[in-house]
Amino acid sequence: MEKIIELKNISKAFDGEVVLDNMSLDIHDNEFITLLGPSGCGKTTTLRIIGGFESPDSGDVYFMGERINDIPPHKRHVNTVFQRYALFPHLNVFDNVAFGLKERRVPKQEIKEKVERMLKMVMLSGFADRRVTSLSGGQQQRVAIARALVNEPKILLLDEPLGALDLKLRKDMQQELKKIQKNTGITFIFVTHDQEEALSMSDTIVVMSEGKIQQIGSPTDIYNEPVNAFVADFIGESNIIDGVMLADYRVRFGGHVFDCLDTGFGENEPVDVVIRPEDVDIVAPEKGMICGNVTSVTFMGVHNEAIVDVGGFKWMIQTTDPVEEGAHIGITLEPDAIHIMKKSKYSGMFGDYSSYSNELEELSNSEEEAEA
Amino acid sequence: MKSSGASRTPVTYRAALAPYSVWSVLFVLVPLIFVAFYAFTDNDFAFTTENITRFFTAKSNIVGEDGSTTEVRTYVLIFMRSLKLAVISTLVCLFMGYPMAYIMARAKEKTQKTMMTLIMIPMWMNFLIRTYAWMTILQDTGIINGLLGKIGLGPLHVIGTETAVILGMVYDYFPYMVLPIYSILAKMDLKLLEAARDLGCGSLSVLRRVILPLSMPGVISGVTMVLIPSISTFYISQKLGNGKFFLIGDAIEGQYIANNLHFAAAIAFILMVILLAAMALLKYVTARFVYGGD
Repeated sequence: MEKIIELKNISKAFDGEVVLDNMSLDIHDNEFITLLGPSGCGKTTTLRIIGGFESPDSGDVYFMGERINDIPPHKRHVNTVFQRYALFPHLNVFDNVAFGLKERRVPKQEIKEKVERMLKMVMLSGFADRRVTSLSGGQQQRVAIARALVNEPKILLLDEPLGALDLKLRKDMQQELKKIQKNTGITFIFVTHDQEEALSMSDTIVVMSEGKIQQIGSPTDIYNEPVNAFVADFIGESNIIDGVMLADYRVRFGGHVFDCLDTGFGENEPVDVVIRPEDVDIVAPEKGMICGNVTSVTFMGVHNEAIVDVGGFKWMIQTTDPVEEGAHIGITLEPDAIHIMKKSKYSGMFGDYSSYSNELEELSNSEEEAEA
Repeated sequence: MKSSGASRTPVTYRAALAPYSVWSVLFVLVPLIFVAFYAFTDNDFAFTTENITRFFTAKSNIVGEDGSTTEVRTYVLIFMRSLKLAVISTLVCLFMGYPMAYIMARAKEKTQKTMMTLIMIPMWMNFLIRTYAWMTILQDTGIINGLLGKIGLGPLHVIGTETAVILGMVYDYFPYMVLPIYSILAKMDLKLLEAARDLGCGSLSVLRRVILPLSMPGVISGVTMVLIPSISTFYISQKLGNGKFFLIGDAIEGQYIANNLHFAAAIAFILMVILLAAMALLKYVTARFVYGGD
């Protein structure tokens, strides 16, 4: 695939605060790429640099091989779907969608055809004469997408476009966006802090933290092979345990030596071990490789979520079997349930569920949304 | 707010509203009824349209500079003169005020506050005193001509000309143009401007297609708040126009002082009707051609 955007050594600071730190990224044609990270990680700034609304302090932006640092937004082949849509309140749906075409002096008849086709694609035929202020959030979202796509950009930038929608609508729009991207073949650069959204929609995910790219890969790569504790924790739930790599395929943690599938670490190298909560099997204590005490159980619908104290370190385990609070249980792990990561600066910061509570998690999530 | 029917309005809400309703009735509605009543009655309070017809038909002779006399419709002429001066000062206020409001809205917060204060300070002074101040400034022997004389220019004869009257109106009513436009521009969503640029607009296009149409409500209330007082002013024209430019406000005042209340009311009534019609038209036109798309 051809490179459509290249970011080379981009740095950007606002008021002395570094937002992007020597970041480089290639984006390929026809790709659905997601910039994922917590608020303040630099993902939106990256998007704004591609859109032309910010210029990097240092580094270069290339569009199809051509340096575009100094090209203003209105001359770039890029359109944006803004976070809160930014529809023009003084124009109706038709005129909002036609806005870019009118600016380019496209003949009236052609504008009409294109706008109608686009409204049909986002399932808003018959809404052309409506005021945008009279539309629901989901409908406004569709108008914003139509308004951007009607210009047939090479790249569509989406800045947390689903953040303001409720869960059900959000799921529908995720499917819808994915479909639109497939049908149009336009490169989508999508920004979100919602890891589930990123996993379900993207061809490629770029996980960012503190102005740096932590990992680039397909959703399955990122989920199954996180490179460090930050990525493992940010994407899904992870138990991250201190371990020692004894040799290839042999790792020791929690006082037990496990078989695993990882190689290429030094002998007796300290590592981070990632265990996904759904990969843990609960067995009778005498059959377990390691044992622990269940300290809490939360019913989540499809599964139970248990917090289990294993020698002072609390694991999260998701199981469809019934578990009881206070029970003493055994744990077994298949080799492919174990993922080994090199130590990083994020080691020890994540992956222990000692202070875990659903309520806190939700609190911090909604805070993040409020900030965004 | 949607009207949800008076029966469902909470009692406390209505109670809180009561003083304002009483105020509005007493000091807005009742006086308006009186104006209309006086306009359509004669001295014995019998119904008549004579006052209204008099406005349109009263004639007088004007002696030109060459000594020739022309017959004119007195009050129509006065009205047109008032309208002309008011429209000119409104336009001057608009073309000076809009850029200023825009610059203010985009300035740093501290600069915004300073500019706001500078605009407000003259309003702390009584408007009669301000007008007197302009008299002394503009006089043939005033400060401006004094300065001009020192550098060997002038004298500039301003006092007693239309320019002086317009200057007075612009000076007095300028803040009323800037403030409503500023308040609209200051709270405009900057993302909309980014969206316009994103969709291919250069700076001029952003101004024409997004900023101007979105600031129309501010422009309309600015125009209203300048046009109406300047069309009905009488003091400025007397002091800065040396009484040479008899305006519709002067006519009302003159009739009132002459104890000719019914005709004064008729002039006021006609002025009101014309202004209301003009405002309605302005609103309709902007709604139709600015908000209805291109």
